[in-house]
Amino acid sequence: MDVEITLRVDGTEHRLTVDTRTTLLDALRDRLGNTSPKKGCDHGQCGACTLLIDGRRALGCLALAVAHQGADIVTAAGLADGDGGGLHPLQRSFIAHDAFQCGYCTPGQIVSACGMLAEAEAGWPSAVSKDPGATDVVLDDEEIAERMSGNLCRCAAYANIVPAIAEVAHR
Amino acid sequence: MSDVRARPHAIGSPMDRIDGAQKVTGTATYAYEWPVEHAVHLYPLQSTIAAGRITSVDTAEAEAEPGVLTVLTHLNAPSLTRPDDPELAVLQTDEVAWRGQFTGAVVAETLEAARAAAGLVRFGYAPREHDVVLRADRDDLRKPEHAAQFGSAPGDLQDGSPADSLLGDADAALDSAPVRLDATYTTPMYHNNPMEPHTAVVSWDDGALTVYCSTQGSSFSQMLIAGVLGLPPDRVRVISPHVGGGFGSKVYPHSYAVLAAMAARTVRRPVKFALTRQQMFALVGYRPASIQRIRLAADGDGRLTAIAHEVAEQTAKAKGYADQVAVCTRLMYTAPHRRTTHRLAPLDIPVPTIMRAPGEGQGMFALESAMDEMALACGMDPVEFRIRNEPEVHPESGLPFSSRHLVACLREGARRAGWERRDPAPRARRDGRWLLGSGVAASTYPSPRLPGSSATIRVTPDGHHRVLIAAADLGTGTWTTLTQIAADALGVPVEQVEVRIGDTALPPASVAGFSSGISSWGSSICAAAERLRQVLESDHGGTVPAQGLEVTADMPANPDEDRYAMHSFGAQFAEVRVDRDTGEVRVARLLGMFDVGRVINPKTVRSQLMGGMTQGMSMALYEHSVLDPRFGHVVNHDFGQYHIAANADVHAVEAHWVHERDPHTNAMGSKGAGEVGIVGTAAAIANAVYHATGVRVRDLPITLDKLLP
Repeated sequence: MDVEITLRVDGTEHRLTVDTRTTLLDALRDRLGNTSPKKGCDHGQCGACTLLIDGRRALGCLALAVAHQGADIVTAAGLADGDGGGLHPLQRSFIAHDAFQCGYCTPGQIVSACGMLAEAEAGWPSAVSKDPGATDVVLDDEEIAERMSGNLCRCAAYANIVPAIAEVAHR
Repeated sequence: MSDVRARPHAIGSPMDRIDGAQKVTGTATYAYEWPVEHAVHLYPLQSTIAAGRITSVDTAEAEAEPGVLTVLTHLNAPSLTRPDDPELAVLQTDEVAWRGQFTGAVVAETLEAARAAAGLVRFGYAPREHDVVLRADRDDLRKPEHAAQFGSAPGDLQDGSPADSLLGDADAALDSAPVRLDATYTTPMYHNNPMEPHTAVVSWDDGALTVYCSTQGSSFSQMLIAGVLGLPPDRVRVISPHVGGGFGSKVYPHSYAVLAAMAARTVRRPVKFALTRQQMFALVGYRPASIQRIRLAADGDGRLTAIAHEVAEQTAKAKGYADQVAVCTRLMYTAPHRRTTHRLAPLDIPVPTIMRAPGEGQGMFALESAMDEMALACGMDPVEFRIRNEPEVHPESGLPFSSRHLVACLREGARRAGWERRDPAPRARRDGRWLLGSGVAASTYPSPRLPGSSATIRVTPDGHHRVLIAAADLGTGTWTTLTQIAADALGVPVEQVEVRIGDTALPPASVAGFSSGISSWGSSICAAAERLRQVLESDHGGTVPAQGLEVTADMPANPDEDRYAMHSFGAQFAEVRVDRDTGEVRVARLLGMFDVGRVINPKTVRSQLMGGMTQGMSMALYEHSVLDPRFGHVVNHDFGQYHIAANADVHAVEAHWVHERDPHTNAMGSKGAGEVGIVGTAAAIANAVYHATGVRVRDLPITLDKLLP
């Protein structure tokens, strides 16, 4: 069955008709031509398709497009400052720290890091937080690694991803 | 060999990746992402038995689904030219050679329709009893023959080496030595699992084929695909500028591209086909499981007198692939009596392939674990034991090494790791409930060049140089490192160089495999730069003509390749913590000290080495493809069940190197760096686990059940 929906992607509104079986990830990649989020497993196990949906990180492959009428979606392409202009500080830091190799998981890593920093700012604890009741989260390397473990990197750039994020987190 | 001219040197500078901005924004174009008009989607059908024959096919219900264009099976698929590589002959017979093999494809207007219709196709089978279990005592183990090109090339193993080697009388020396070790080590099936699934987007135009393909070598893919489709290579264009990892699995396995090409020819529309993660476990190769018996003999001074390394490994009946598991043992340590053998168990299983350090990955786990055990048996420090048995020349061929700084790696690595403070007694250090230990292992990987590369350079009067070669960047940094090499070879700043790779419309290039890429492609670029200089001087008085100038050069011969053994080396140090009660292993620190010749880009090579080491940790502790003997398939065929190292698994990882250029390998003085990083890591961790716990684990992966009493 086809349904017409509206999605706001990286600040631009799109009206499109989708099969009710279509995932948000496939709607972005196949229908809207936004291939910034990647398909690595299609099962919510790798994180390559991580998006910000209404400001929170979520997996595009586990979301049905039809269930996101009116949603505000941000991809790594939209984190950069429009018109080919400046990169997001996380993007600059990933380049400087060489926090990727093949680059396929990278947009998801960066969007995830963006969402993760907001979660920490809001005081959300993680599995390794010493005091889950604390309102101030100190993002040490262990916290960053734990909170980024939903994003797999087969090239295994982890030892560069953590300092790349830490540098932005500690600014 | 001539030096690469340049001042200041771009080579050696930690340049950021040229494609960095594209990759961090997700705008680098991977195979699936090329915009192709009017494309349709393919979803494959796979066998649900491991061996036998297809007896019936019912596609009626699937063909009636809205949006379905065709269902291909062996009954209606186009005929293929018989390929050298039998894996590529998809849908040509009713025979089933492994579970998960392609049996057909549904092509539909949308991915959703294709996938839904695929579930409606019914196959009937006449199964025969399947045989999928590797054991060392099988009576049908056979010597591999011509595995390099699957029957067409000399050399028994995948790397072209002979299956066996024999020097002296290893058995007699093993019987009479004062110190002896006889141990068997096993490694499981491992799957490459690059993050980008294998993908082909194909379109036919006037009898010519364009393939956007996730490949480690567009020229090699062109040859394979053209061959099986019966086309001249120049009718097939393969485009692949960005590849989302490969780790070996994007060299040979191209059956998915062949299937997509057949489908596109049938429906006369462009076809997009990306494998799912689950499908990758049956269709694009894996590191074959091995059982390795190692016997070592030493005299009273800790000098090895005999080394024997006997390997049984699994392979597919469908294609006789053979990893060079014991070839590393031929070159690592000196001993007068030596023997290595490889034997294959051909099984009804998916076709194995190259996986990062194919052979060395498994073999050095066994050899370097055995060296640790033998050092202890000789009462020696494991670092000193290795240094005592360091050869002066290749122990079997007698060739000198082009460069070999393994001792320097062991000494400097030991210094950085704080090895001199180590108490050799096992199970002697604690931190609360954690048992602490440290271990060492050596690394090695060949540093060859592969034939088949040419480079073109076009220069314009404004000093802009365009460098063209169909090389590949799988995350290896090729876009950047070839720019640096070209800049130095041309004697210009990197800003005046524009490299183009990943397209068979460019001059051909060898595959990104065997740690040979930079050596092969860089040599070709240096030769083209030299030729440009000559032509400019001889024909144009040193001035670039107004219309510009173009030269092309093939990779030059290197006579030193026959005179020297060319290998990279390394020493890896692991510190582990093992939970006393649960057996959980955490790797607190990995430190690698490598000999990879002259480093082209310290930033990208550090990433490659650290990535290799981290994959080695993943191999040591987590990864294990579980083959179900009842059905012949890998049960844990996704990232939820096949765990690869995640961020929280990784703690301190450091990669360093000796600053030594190799005088013989190539014009740059570099050696291979893509694979040596994963070699030996698992042994360093297993040796550290022994040091922490007193338990010797000889079967990978080191899971907690193996550490509990």
